[in-house]
Amino acid sequence: MSAIDASKSSLNLKSWLAEHGIDRLLFLVIPAFLAMLTFFIYPTIYGTYLSFHPMDKSGALGNYRSFFGDPYMRDSIWNTFRIALPVSVINVFAAIPLAVRLRHRVRGKRTINTLLVIPMSLGTVLIAEGLSAYLAPNGWLNRTLLATGIISQPLQLLHNFWGVMISLLITGFPFAFLLTLSYISGINPKMEEAASTLGATPWQRFRYITFPLLTPGLAITFCLNFVLAFSVFPSANLLGNPAGDSHVLAVAAAQAISSKYDYSMASAISVITGVLELAVVAIVLIMRSRLYSGSTSGGKG
Amino acid sequence: MTIQDTTEVSNSVSRKIFVKSPFGWVIWASVAFFFINLLGVIGTVVVSSFGTEWFDGWLPSGWTMKFYTTAWHDYQVPNLLRVTLQVALAVVLISILVGTPAAYVLARRDFPGKKLLMLSFLLPIMLPPITYGIPLATFIYRLNLGGTLTGVIVANTVPAIPFVILVLSPFIEQIDPKIEAAARMCGATTRQIFIKILTPLIIPGLLAAALLVLVQTVALFELTYLVSGPGSNTLVVALYYAVFASGIRPYQAISAMAVFYMLTTLFILIVALRYVNPTQMVSQARSVDTK
Amino acid sequence: MSRAFGKSVALSNLSLTIGNGEFVALLGPSGCGKSTALNCLAGLLPLTAGSIYLDGRRIDTLPPERRDFGMVFQNYALFPHLTVRQNIGFGLKIKKTPKPEIERRVNAAIDLVQLSLHADKHPNQLSGGQQQRVAIARAIVIEPQVVLMDEPLSNLDAKLRHEMRSEIKRLHHELGLTTVYVTHDQEEALSLADRLVVLHDGKVQQIGTPEDVYMNPINSFVADFMGYRNLISMELLAGGSTNKYSLTSSGIDLTASGIFSGATVGKVLVAIRPEDLLIEKSSKNNIACTVKTIEYQGKDFAVEVSTVQGFVIYVRTPIRLEIGEKTNLTVRPERVMVYPESNN
Repeated sequence: MSAIDASKSSLNLKSWLAEHGIDRLLFLVIPAFLAMLTFFIYPTIYGTYLSFHPMDKSGALGNYRSFFGDPYMRDSIWNTFRIALPVSVINVFAAIPLAVRLRHRVRGKRTINTLLVIPMSLGTVLIAEGLSAYLAPNGWLNRTLLATGIISQPLQLLHNFWGVMISLLITGFPFAFLLTLSYISGINPKMEEAASTLGATPWQRFRYITFPLLTPGLAITFCLNFVLAFSVFPSANLLGNPAGDSHVLAVAAAQAISSKYDYSMASAISVITGVLELAVVAIVLIMRSRLYSGSTSGGKG
Repeated sequence: MTIQDTTEVSNSVSRKIFVKSPFGWVIWASVAFFFINLLGVIGTVVVSSFGTEWFDGWLPSGWTMKFYTTAWHDYQVPNLLRVTLQVALAVVLISILVGTPAAYVLARRDFPGKKLLMLSFLLPIMLPPITYGIPLATFIYRLNLGGTLTGVIVANTVPAIPFVILVLSPFIEQIDPKIEAAARMCGATTRQIFIKILTPLIIPGLLAAALLVLVQTVALFELTYLVSGPGSNTLVVALYYAVFASGIRPYQAISAMAVFYMLTTLFILIVALRYVNPTQMVSQARSVDTK
Repeated sequence: MSRAFGKSVALSNLSLTIGNGEFVALLGPSGCGKSTALNCLAGLLPLTAGSIYLDGRRIDTLPPERRDFGMVFQNYALFPHLTVRQNIGFGLKIKKTPKPEIERRVNAAIDLVQLSLHADKHPNQLSGGQQQRVAIARAIVIEPQVVLMDEPLSNLDAKLRHEMRSEIKRLHHELGLTTVYVTHDQEEALSLADRLVVLHDGKVQQIGTPEDVYMNPINSFVADFMGYRNLISMELLAGGSTNKYSLTSSGIDLTASGIFSGATVGKVLVAIRPEDLLIEKSSKNNIACTVKTIEYQGKDFAVEVSTVQGFVIYVRTPIRLEIGEKTNLTVRPERVMVYPESNN
């Protein structure tokens, strides 16, 4: 190859690369990517690998066999679902009316948004700690209910899954609400106006226009809420019955480490947790893509 | 006048929807119920921290501040505050330094493999900390960083970097690339463009990202719990341990500890809210969706 | 009706009676109150004063869903999750019309706007013009008492706008629905309307047929808006017989017998349409000038001339001139409009 040919082909290579967006700028992304590779991708792969090497050398599927073979461990799956599914559903559907209501009003909106961020930032641990006193048989909630005669016996909300559910509702609802609010604000109000000129009452507008357009966003909100609830940990320990009906997957995994130093088993449980989570998310997302999920702005604008 | 028109119209139509219906009242009642209970939960903690004894009855039988001093010393709160702050600031610094260039590249360029790269950045946010925390903890212990401050910092940067990228990308996308082209036509080098043009424009985004990472790191329990040791606990982990070992210490001290934690979080939150809109705190999820 | 937002009045005292089948255009620049008026008619904005009656029944207290008006929005506001067919049929479905009839009427509407090939597509698969036609079909299929149109053509490119204008004209001719049409484009208003209402700053300026408003603008604002591009400050001289006024202004002397709207002796504003200025020497109303710029427009030229004293005058003429050429203009007295100096 002559010198001219060589420089021509290197020019061709450069322009091909440039066409596809590859140039020196991409170096900027490397530190972040390396960090993810080292501290996220690799450990996850390593953890999965580890899960197939149980401590008692009982073969690749040893951990999984002992997990599914032990009813106490198996039940943790059911325990986790029993808490996470209802909580996510309630959070998402309770968020809708409030988001619809607060969509337009400007006055109280900022205050409520700010107030709702508080339980989210205080975090699960503090809320759990507070609930452990508030929901106690002689805590303020039971006292009020007894004093007003609504109940005659104190409600047993602690040391079972009710306490855990309540704490997840408190920390999860604001998140679901703020997300739903942002989705509903993205729906062009002109469409609802158009519907009203065609004779639709407020309920009909919601049913035929607002809600169908909101559903894709609700699916995402549900997934995010579910993922958080599915991995509930501190409140299960603090408020629930970690040896009984609050023996959720995360607790099982942490116990494998703290009592038996069995990182391999803990990794196996994490793998199971991750797979189940992704399965639920995948199902919801597939259902969502069957619905309409295009632009919500209603036409060339 | 026309802009006023459209907001007036949509406000007007919706006001008619809800002002006169019982539906509106139900909503406000539910919101009030939620907040009253929330207040009760927080209130129980605060009140019990000031009480001498509280066995039965609506309120403690006496009031004292002594448990605050107990907690301050027994739980080594000043140490905890120092550690928490160190971890949080380190995480913010690292994640911003590493995440901003990455966000820039992702916002401006399309290249083969971009989708995979984005996935690797999104997964730590979509998966809850416990799920990847255990493998991560295993790895950190193998690196002999278990129980150290470095280990805690490393663990917390894993969700922080993607967070920064996710928050900053829309900011950068909003900046018209033609501005950079115009700067180039005026003769600026890439470095000059970054320093003199881009950085000033994305400062609101940087601030938002930094504050959100700060809030998240202080409140994040699972990751720190899995990798920390006695000298490297953050406030939230120490609180958890305090509640668990509740047989040893008086519960009022635990409540006082909880109040310390709450005050720290609320303080950071108030600072954060001066610069960040509450809805931005969840906009990460929205932008996940649109990607 | 009137509508105020706090202290600012968006629309004041629009009083109008519209006959069955009439096509009324609300015309004016942005911010003049025309969209406010339409939204008040639709019920999307409440009135702050006044009332609206339909066939003797008072309707301004009714919400939009009970007024039986169809509306075409500026950005179409089509329902993105429904097909064209479902969009058009929405109003009928709400009214609980039986299914076979919905099908029949929707099909008729789709044929009317020539969208049969696209009936089962979603709005995001259609072009702007097609979306526009869906919006129109959706509003008329419910056979409303009145069709309201809010600048429906302003988002289309020029060629499409002309096509859709003919469409709307044809539809009005075929269906005879009473229509209230809002636009800022005077050409559109002139070609579509039976009657025009010109608005400015929330106030009605003139109501009349297109020809009325075009040939005889009632004040300097309307004149300006309808293309009387030459607005010259002149002095009105005393004396002169009825319907003939003498005007002068550094070097130009004119006799006017056109609109004379409350002008008094002294300073006045004179409006002349560029098309009404003829290139010829004449004994009456002669203006000597030099050609400054020429724009070729196809069927004629847009010419800027300058008088000896430096006045700029705009002329439209089919005659080919040369830059720098000295020539003479004239204008018939009845095409010279005289208005008071201050606006309105």
